Amino acid sequence: MSSTTHDHAHEGHEHHKPSFVSRWLMSTNHKDIGTLYIVAAFFGAMVGGVLSMIMRLQLMYPHNHLVTNGNEWNAIITAHGLIMIFWFVMPALIGGLGNWFIPMMIGAPDMAFPRLNNMSFWFLVAGFVFVMLGLFLGSGTGAGWTLYPPLDNAQYSPGIATDFSLFSIHLVGISSLLGAINFIATILNMRAPGLTMHKMPLFCWSILVTAFLLVLAIPVLAGAVTMLIMDRNFGTSFFEPAGGGDPVLFQHLFWFFGHPEVYIMILPAFGIISHVVSTFSRKPIFGYLGMVYAMVIIGFVGFVVWAHHMFVSAISTDSKIYFEVATLVIAVPTGIKVFSWIATMWGGSIEFKTPMLWAVGFIFLFVIGGATGVVLANASLDQELHNDYFLIAHFHYVLSMGAAFAIFAGFYFWIGKMSGHQYPEFWGKVHFWTFFIGVNLTFFPMHFLGLAGMPRRYPDYADAFAGWNYVSSVGAIISGLSTLVFFYVLYSVFTSKEKLADNYWGEGATTLEWAVPSPAPHHTFEDVPVIR
Amino acid sequence: MKRSIVSALGAACLLALLGHVALAQTATPDPTAAANSYVNAPANWQMWFPVAGSPMQAQIDWLMKYVLWIMAGVVGFVALLLAYVLTRFRASRNPKPSQVTHNTLIEVVWIVVPVLLLAVIIVPSIKLIYYEADDSNPYMTVTVTGHQWYWEYSYNSVPGLDYTSYMVPDDQLKPGEFRRLSVDHPMVLPVGEKIKFVITSGDVLHGFYLPSLGVQKYAIPGTTLTSWTTITKPGTYYGQCNQICGLNHDAMPIEIKAVPLADYIAWTKTALATYTDNAPPQSSPMPRNQLADATR
Repeated sequence: MSSTTHDHAHEGHEHHKPSFVSRWLMSTNHKDIGTLYIVAAFFGAMVGGVLSMIMRLQLMYPHNHLVTNGNEWNAIITAHGLIMIFWFVMPALIGGLGNWFIPMMIGAPDMAFPRLNNMSFWFLVAGFVFVMLGLFLGSGTGAGWTLYPPLDNAQYSPGIATDFSLFSIHLVGISSLLGAINFIATILNMRAPGLTMHKMPLFCWSILVTAFLLVLAIPVLAGAVTMLIMDRNFGTSFFEPAGGGDPVLFQHLFWFFGHPEVYIMILPAFGIISHVVSTFSRKPIFGYLGMVYAMVIIGFVGFVVWAHHMFVSAISTDSKIYFEVATLVIAVPTGIKVFSWIATMWGGSIEFKTPMLWAVGFIFLFVIGGATGVVLANASLDQELHNDYFLIAHFHYVLSMGAAFAIFAGFYFWIGKMSGHQYPEFWGKVHFWTFFIGVNLTFFPMHFLGLAGMPRRYPDYADAFAGWNYVSSVGAIISGLSTLVFFYVLYSVFTSKEKLADNYWGEGATTLEWAVPSPAPHHTFEDVPVIR
Repeated sequence: MKRSIVSALGAACLLALLGHVALAQTATPDPTAAANSYVNAPANWQMWFPVAGSPMQAQIDWLMKYVLWIMAGVVGFVALLLAYVLTRFRASRNPKPSQVTHNTLIEVVWIVVPVLLLAVIIVPSIKLIYYEADDSNPYMTVTVTGHQWYWEYSYNSVPGLDYTSYMVPDDQLKPGEFRRLSVDHPMVLPVGEKIKFVITSGDVLHGFYLPSLGVQKYAIPGTTLTSWTTITKPGTYYGQCNQICGLNHDAMPIEIKAVPLADYIAWTKTALATYTDNAPPQSSPMPRNQLADATR
């Protein structure tokens, strides 16, 4: 019995064709699950993107009526925030590219717990169904993605929609948590012989740090969301002042998760950018150990800065000073990352392929977002800037341009390895430049709106804010059209007949995924790779 | 007889006095008129903070410029560095890449220099935090309560003066009023005096946000937060709710009429007469269908 199974498996794994159902619905293969995650992230980005287009079209003119009332508006902004974070950026970077390339880069046959991997993907899908119900049922979930009570308690948000949104957070939280446990187990235990921690590629390090952040942060969010659900449905009063509870407690719990979440979204992006910059400069990473420990420090300090989101909430003067200083400290390891990328390029032999354009765009725009981040870290300035459009500009520079640019950099960098077909270079560049212009036009004017005093989450605004809002909406339309270029790129990739070499980027690409064929075979390594 | 003369005289005096008061009331212009001379409202294509209406906002404005110039320097430096690297080391100009991966000196420099820059930012920033927190010895205190979707102002030093302030709906705007900024009953404050705000909420979170005065605090049910301001010159100042509070989050602006102290005192008297019956909460001027939607 065992010998026949062995024989079967031995000849089988190249020719064995699982049925569609068992391959995609019951998958245990990290590449297939990675692909599923990327497809899910694609749909998440489309839904979140359509919501943002609705928002920008509504805000194009003052006194506009595309969105008919405030509840509808609030449901849209809430769903936009939740979906972009939990169903686009995270699945694309961690579940998608992480699943695909972590086992390959460390020379492992698969993730440590393949069935857990499958389960965490389907929790993500279930969560997406719930968050969409939260958007559409009744008058929708309208408390903003931060879900602050009392606005989302049973009195002010009656109806089942908010419960669905809260449960969707639970589901996506379980999904992330299981994924994170899987990554930690895989990276710590399944590295190829010779691949010591200090030789591990930076993308693996970034996912490892991210996974630890998830394991420590998600349970806190789960606790806070559970308390909200209890308050809504079982008459508890964790956050009800009338029952001795405190709405400010929720803010602390939420941001204790929420700030590490910011780094959960950007650390994997750092990892990808390091690979792309090194490959297209044909140089090894400058200051590898500095890069590794900068990420570790960012992850650590990221946990002790949460109340900088609460500078105009209930917080003492001394706490403000502590949280301001701690927040500013993060600028130092982030600076190490940026300067090390530039030093990696220094003396290199730089080729401007599409992934490199996205990486350079990332570095420049992330530095702008980081600079406004240093401004916002000042509690004294937050008294003016908190919750206005300056903040919106800031976090879209680090997410919509930071994380999203890194996702595109990773996509163009690895699509050949994932699909076996190369993207069209010309259209990749068109996509980059149109998107670059579009998002800058969208988000740069928001700095001015914020300085002028426009609050966030407004479907209608004072007429004086009309000018820059119009420019911003035009930028959003350009970004939307740019996405059509991306669709064409996808179409070309999947209809291409071209065959790709194992290492189609040449000598600059040195990590293990470039040692296997393109597309990577169902079973990655025939022999255990040994790292010298 | 004598008594009746006295009473008649008294009645006449009283009548005369009443008449005088009535006359004075019609003759005295609106005590908040001084605020109409200067309007501090956002302007189209505005690219910077509002003109500072208080010393606090003036300091925030200064610190913002200070920090932003430093950060602009950092961004400019990185941009130049990137531009240089990307032109000097492109494959066509530098076909053979170097393999240098370490330089201890430069790695120390790019840690030390940012630390120094941060220190230079932190010092004035912390000074301003203490200044912003110092709400001691105010001339007067106004308790501000956020409600869905209006503000309630209660003047602690004027017993009984407590009224609500709703946005003027778009279809009832009069000339000179700003859509989404003007309100029916503005908050009236004296110029040049330190005013403390005690901010709370009657229902959900709201944000008491006055950009031209440098004031912002959440209104949180069950908790009071404080802030303060001193308005430099008579005028009309605007603010908006800045924490999502449901259906009409964008329809509960704040309007402040700052007037000389004498006018303010005169206003408290008329306001007491006008607003005492104006007990909160009133019915909302929002369309019924939207309200129904909100409570669904």
